[in-house]
Amino acid sequence: MPRYQNIFTQVQLVAPDEGGIALPHGDEPRIPLFSRSNVMGRLGQGQLGPIYLGWSGIASLILGFLAFEIIGLNMLASVNWDPIQFVRQLPWLALEPPGPEYGFSPFVPLAEGGWWILAGFCLTASILLWWVRTWRRAKALGMGTHVAWAFACAIWLYLVLGFIRPLFMGSWAEAVPFGIFPHLDWTAAFSIRYGNLFYNPFHCLSIVFLYGSTLLFAMHGATILAVGRYGGEREIEQITDRGTAAERAGLFWRWTMGFNATMESVHRWAWWFAVLTTLTGGIGILLTGTVVDNWYLWAQEHGYAPSYPASGIADPAGLGSIVE
Amino acid sequence: MTLSRLPLAATALLAGSLTLAGCELAPKVSQQNGYRGTGMDQIRIAESEIRDDVPPPPYELPPPGGQTAGEFYENVQVLGNVSVDEFNYLMAALTEWVAPEEGCNYCHNPANMASDEVYTKTVARSMIQMTQAANANWTDHVGNTGVTCWTCHRGNNIPEAHWSLPADVASRSIIGNRSGQNEPTSNTAWSSLPQGAVARYLLGEVEPEDIRVASRTMHPTPANTRTTMGTEPTYALMMHMSDSLGVNCTYCHNSQSFSDWNISTPPRQTAWHGIRMVRNLNGGYITPLQPIFPENRLGPAGDPFKVNCTTCHQGQNLPLGGVPMVQDYPSLQMAPLAWDPAAAVQGDTGMAADDEDGLVESTQ
Repeated sequence: MPRYQNIFTQVQLVAPDEGGIALPHGDEPRIPLFSRSNVMGRLGQGQLGPIYLGWSGIASLILGFLAFEIIGLNMLASVNWDPIQFVRQLPWLALEPPGPEYGFSPFVPLAEGGWWILAGFCLTASILLWWVRTWRRAKALGMGTHVAWAFACAIWLYLVLGFIRPLFMGSWAEAVPFGIFPHLDWTAAFSIRYGNLFYNPFHCLSIVFLYGSTLLFAMHGATILAVGRYGGEREIEQITDRGTAAERAGLFWRWTMGFNATMESVHRWAWWFAVLTTLTGGIGILLTGTVVDNWYLWAQEHGYAPSYPASGIADPAGLGSIVE
Repeated sequence: MTLSRLPLAATALLAGSLTLAGCELAPKVSQQNGYRGTGMDQIRIAESEIRDDVPPPPYELPPPGGQTAGEFYENVQVLGNVSVDEFNYLMAALTEWVAPEEGCNYCHNPANMASDEVYTKTVARSMIQMTQAANANWTDHVGNTGVTCWTCHRGNNIPEAHWSLPADVASRSIIGNRSGQNEPTSNTAWSSLPQGAVARYLLGEVEPEDIRVASRTMHPTPANTRTTMGTEPTYALMMHMSDSLGVNCTYCHNSQSFSDWNISTPPRQTAWHGIRMVRNLNGGYITPLQPIFPENRLGPAGDPFKVNCTTCHQGQNLPLGGVPMVQDYPSLQMAPLAWDPAAAVQGDTGMAADDEDGLVESTQ
């Protein structure tokens, strides 16, 4: 009878807790909090801990908590501290950035966007400190810093949206609100204001890399699962010692599309696709309003947007025939 | 299939049903309204195209001529030029449209029909003028279909779809402060977009050209300093219109460039006049009545219940499915007589209208 083997990990390794290699001189000690979870082991690895927090991790958690509290308490206050309405209307609630009247001033009354600046500062500091962790922990383990660089690309897009572009535009009112529906409304309003973001070529590139990332992820995940019965999940070993899993996976893609990645290169492709999503996205956002104010007109000028037959509809504002 | 796989099949079936639960199964009609490949296609539920059953006229329309209501009755201010017979015919219809349960007494003192002591009578005068103004002055929006009291009221004292300003909050406090948005209301199609700003468009406090946000130039110029935040009110107004009419963006626009008139559709012009009509109706005929309304007829900010697109359209791109109901009521198509609601309100209550500033526009 056919069976699907790969929904959960079927065989869990039970061994003494793995404490990790010795830490570099000057590091804080790891928190020796070990436990084992069968449920987590079905999803990933069964061993939980040890955790390394260090000063950057602790500061990052505190600042992240502060940002979370500022945003949440502002939302709760906006419904007159009513917990029921808070839950009911949560998707609508927001912490809005300062209005256009404040420009890019850091000194804004708290209720008119000052809390947004504070929350943004705490969140940014928290994220940057977490980035420091990804860099320093990779170094401590003698790893490459690929995760930190990829994370930095995501932070780049975040900073462009919330700080760098508002700085260039000279207005906090260009920044994104904190809130579930409100941040989505910002996205659409941004495209409406700047003449259709789909004509922004960097937005196009970002979409290509985003959708490309999901495609690569699906192809790679599927391939490795499909050769799991031949030990295909031992990808790193198969880079240098190609077993039958790697041979079959490679042959499958040569059969279907004439070309295949190697066990190593597929990760490079995926890393670059993911990194370029936010890198190009950030460039596209940064150019909007600073260099190009109407992407539709830009795309017309560059023969990039199609032209459709005129509908012959005239702007009534130019006709001046209304009763008012 | 073995028995052991039944739960899996049941789960799949359940998941499939849940996925489709949001689907509308009713038959649809679709109509292309723009160049091919632009997604300009309107899909509607076939039944929504059907014309509404509207109340028939109370009796056959009396022939024109004869004494006018102004000559025959006392204190007829806005329908004085209508014949007595047609005046009574209209009063009978109007009662069915607006106060079918309360009858004449909703507006009149039964002991003295000419008396203005019931405030709703003054309101009705302004509303009759408003209907006449919509039919006579705003044909660019209402066409020959026109509107009657029924178009909005549908048998209710107050039309179901109305709006008023949100309560003022101290701007220096975060308590109860939604920044004029982030609250699901009809004016923003239940989104988190700013409703206060939409209210300003529909009240006439800003120039209608402020609705336009996209630049006319490729590169930034000082001519357009609108922020992304400042774009949200326009977006909110458009969502309100889309929701009210049961249409999507491409009913009026080619989404390639929302601002470009030359690739837009004819309904965009109709809608352009509609925005101005709503501003005119609110500013000229409803806001001036504020002093005579009792408290339960005012919103949390103390302003009267006003008109938006939904008040008439109620989800149909042609209100009532396009029934030209007003053709049975010629008196509602006449140009309104000179009558100033603000002055009338002052006369009634002996107090000055205290919101002259809110009354940015009045009729010509």
